[in-house]
This record gives sequence, structure tokens and C-alpha cells, in this order.
Amino acid sequence: MALRTLASKKTLSLALGGGARPLAAAAAARGVATTVSLPDLPYDFGALEPAISGEIMRLHHQKHHATYVANYNKALEQLDAAVSKGDASAVVQLQGAIKFNGGGHVNHSIFWKNLKPISEGGGEPPHGKLGWAIDEHFGSFEALVKKMNAEGAALQGSGWVWLALDKEAKKLSVETTPNQDPLVTKGASLVPLLGIDVWEHAYYLQYKNVKPDYLNNIWKVMNWKYAGEVYENVLA
Amino acid sequence: MSILRCDVQDALEPYMSRRTVELHWGKHHQDYVDGLNKQLATSPLYGHTLEELIKEAYNNGNPLPEYNNAAQVWNHHFFWESMQPEGGGSPEGGVLQQIEKDFGSFTNFREEFIRSASQLLGSGWVWLVLKRTEKKLAVLHTRNAISPLAFGDIVCLLDPFLKMFNIFSINFAMTSHVLFLQPIISLDLWEHAYYLDYKDDRRSYVTNFIDHLVSWHTVTLRMMRAESFVNLGEPTIPVA
Repeated sequence: MALRTLASKKTLSLALGGGARPLAAAAAARGVATTVSLPDLPYDFGALEPAISGEIMRLHHQKHHATYVANYNKALEQLDAAVSKGDASAVVQLQGAIKFNGGGHVNHSIFWKNLKPISEGGGEPPHGKLGWAIDEHFGSFEALVKKMNAEGAALQGSGWVWLALDKEAKKLSVETTPNQDPLVTKGASLVPLLGIDVWEHAYYLQYKNVKPDYLNNIWKVMNWKYAGEVYENVLA
Repeated sequence: MSILRCDVQDALEPYMSRRTVELHWGKHHQDYVDGLNKQLATSPLYGHTLEELIKEAYNNGNPLPEYNNAAQVWNHHFFWESMQPEGGGSPEGGVLQQIEKDFGSFTNFREEFIRSASQLLGSGWVWLVLKRTEKKLAVLHTRNAISPLAFGDIVCLLDPFLKMFNIFSINFAMTSHVLFLQPIISLDLWEHAYYLDYKDDRRSYVTNFIDHLVSWHTVTLRMMRAESFVNLGEPTIPVA
């Protein structure tokens, strides 16, 4: 069975001869990253109510994330031009925009998957391997939630709080990153299992200045199933 | 007339709503004050003026726990006083001359201010400052709670707001060091400052601030003091 699958894969790639992903291939040949696009939400804007309002979800996805995507693509285009011209200082100057907008895209793409409507299992605590690992590293599920909420509340300015898996050390940890810095900026071996956006735009319309209420409520729509899958895939 | 009284929280409408002022001043700013007071009850930094506290707590880039609250108390007060009802328009007289000298034109200054705001990624502030050594105005932005006060020696504003907020531990003595960067205008670009009124449209918030809210009266006073420091040097104020 396995051999047959291998054989058919081989045939497929031969048949397509690299034409299957022309855009990516061409761009790769030029040595430039392809553009990204705004991923669809796996649920309606209002599906996470009352934990997160539909108004916030709509703005957060259609405006904030969409802007990160647009600006990241623009920065990549400018990077392409700078690289082709051999303009090193222009390349360096673009890094801020790439980190911010690219990070914004990466982080929010994970965030939408981290959330799930209650009717579809959102909020259900983790089972299996991740559940045991949480008990081992944090003492209890409640202790983890408390820690993440504390770090999220204490974060000054804009940023994210993460449940991270160090794939080398095989350990869980709670990390924060400022602005739109992705988790890897805290450690190359860190894999995000869950991220909570603590930028004010993530909660202000609904919770105003009471960030702790937002943090308490977001656990009701947390997609632990996704976190568990990532955990098991990474450690497999 | 101070914006800080409860009955005038709608004075900046329609450019900044009553609800925003209510929350921003009554909750965010108040929380920083309460937080700072709580810290100072047991802090070794008790006894400084607010400006000295900010510089001490900034600790050359390794901020101590008191820094954030102290800086944000100062930044927000500076911000409220940077605005007035029926503000904006363009300045006159000496202020306009200084702006034209250092930016070419008021339009250039306005564009640079808006551009600086758009270049700030994340939470922070946009400032118009007078640079002491260059004797020039400049626009700059800072992240999170950073203020120009952290970048050099401090000048003190003897402000009745300190009494109003009952910051019991602050020494009201006038210090007379001179800032490398004298702040003239500040604009709060944390999302809480504009999100209720403008959602993600930060640009409209910034243009409304500069076109309709900025208090050129306050700017004139600040500019006069800043220019005195720059041109005449640091005053020696005798102890009363």
C-alpha cells in the first residue's frame, strides 16, 4: 500500500513537471518570496459571541489582518526591487515593515485557527498528550490559564501572549512577544500552540479598558483541538 | 478651563467623543496614577519630582517597574493639555515663524507629523519637540510609554494636576535642568486613544488632531519656555 502511494506520487510530479505551482516556482527561480493572501475565517464573524463580538471579528479580519497582508505584499515587492538592484541599505530599511506586517499576517493566521465557536467544541479543555504535558509543566490546566492571563494583562503596549512548544527541548512555556513579532523571535525552536492577541484592537470595542475580562472570556472559545494536533505533529 | 473636569468631557466632540475622554482620562490615565501611587508607597524612588522619577526609572533603557506608570502619567497630562476645543487651524506669530524656519512651511510640518504617525508600528506617541543643541523643531515618534524626558536632563512643569490627582509622594520643587528634547506637542497613538471613535482608521484620527484639536495656545507657551531655555540657557532659580 505504501509503495503504491509512493509510486503514484512520483508519477504525478513527473506528469506535472513542475508546472503544478507555476507562480511559486517562477518566483522561487527569481529568488523572491511569493505574495500572501488573507485566509478565510473558518466560522462566521458572529460565531464567537458572546466571548468576542462579531463587530470585532469583522474589523479584526477584514481591516487589520487584511492591511497586514496588503502591506506585507507591498514590502515584498519593494524588497524584490531592492534585491535586484543590489541596494543593500534599502533591503535593510524594509526589514521593519516586513517584520511588522509579515508577523501580523503570521500571527493572525494562527489566531483564527486558535478560536472555535462553542457549538463546535470551542473552550473544551485539552485532552491526550497535550493535556498531560500541561499538567506536567504547569501543575494544572487552571494554572496555565492563570499564567497566560497574568502575562497578557501585564503586557504593556501591543503584543501577543503564547503557549509555546520548544520542539528541541520538548517543553511547554508561556511567552510574550511585542507588537507583531512572531513567536520564533523568542527562540528558533519555539512552535506556537496557542496565541492570544492583546493588542487593544482585539478587544477594545467590547471590553474597553478591562483587558482581564477579555482574557477570562477568550478561553470559552479556545480551540484546544488545534493546539493538541500541532503538539502531537511536532513531537511525532 | 481645564479639559479634566467631568462636565467638559464632551468639549472635544466630534473629533474625540465624550465616551473616549471618559474612558481615556477616567480609566486609563487614572489607572496609571493609581498604579504609580501604589508603587511609590513602597518604592525607593519616593521623593523625586515626576520628571526626575521618569528619568531615574528609565534607567538608561532598562526600565524599573515604576517607569511605565510614571511616564504614562506625564505623557497623558501633556497630551490633554496639547488639545483644546476649537483647536487646530494654523498657528500665528512666533510659533508659525519657528515652524516655517524649521520645516519650510506649516503644510510640510503637518505632513511630516502625519507621516511620523503612520510610521509608528504598534503603540506609542508622536511628538513635536524643540531640539536644544540644534536649536530646531523636529517631529519624532516613540514606542509604548517612552517620552523625550527619558533622553536627557529633565525640566519640571509645576503643574496643579499633580495636586488634583493627589500624587502625595511627588516633591513640588522646581528643578532646572534642560531637556535635550523639549516636548511641544504630544499625540497618543495607543489604540485606546482612538479606537472607539475611528476604529482602525488611525490616519483620520491623526489628521483631525492636527486640524481640529491641537492647542496652539498651549504650544505658544511651551515654545516660549523651550526657546528661552535654548537661547538664554538654564536659569538659576534661588531657593525661596
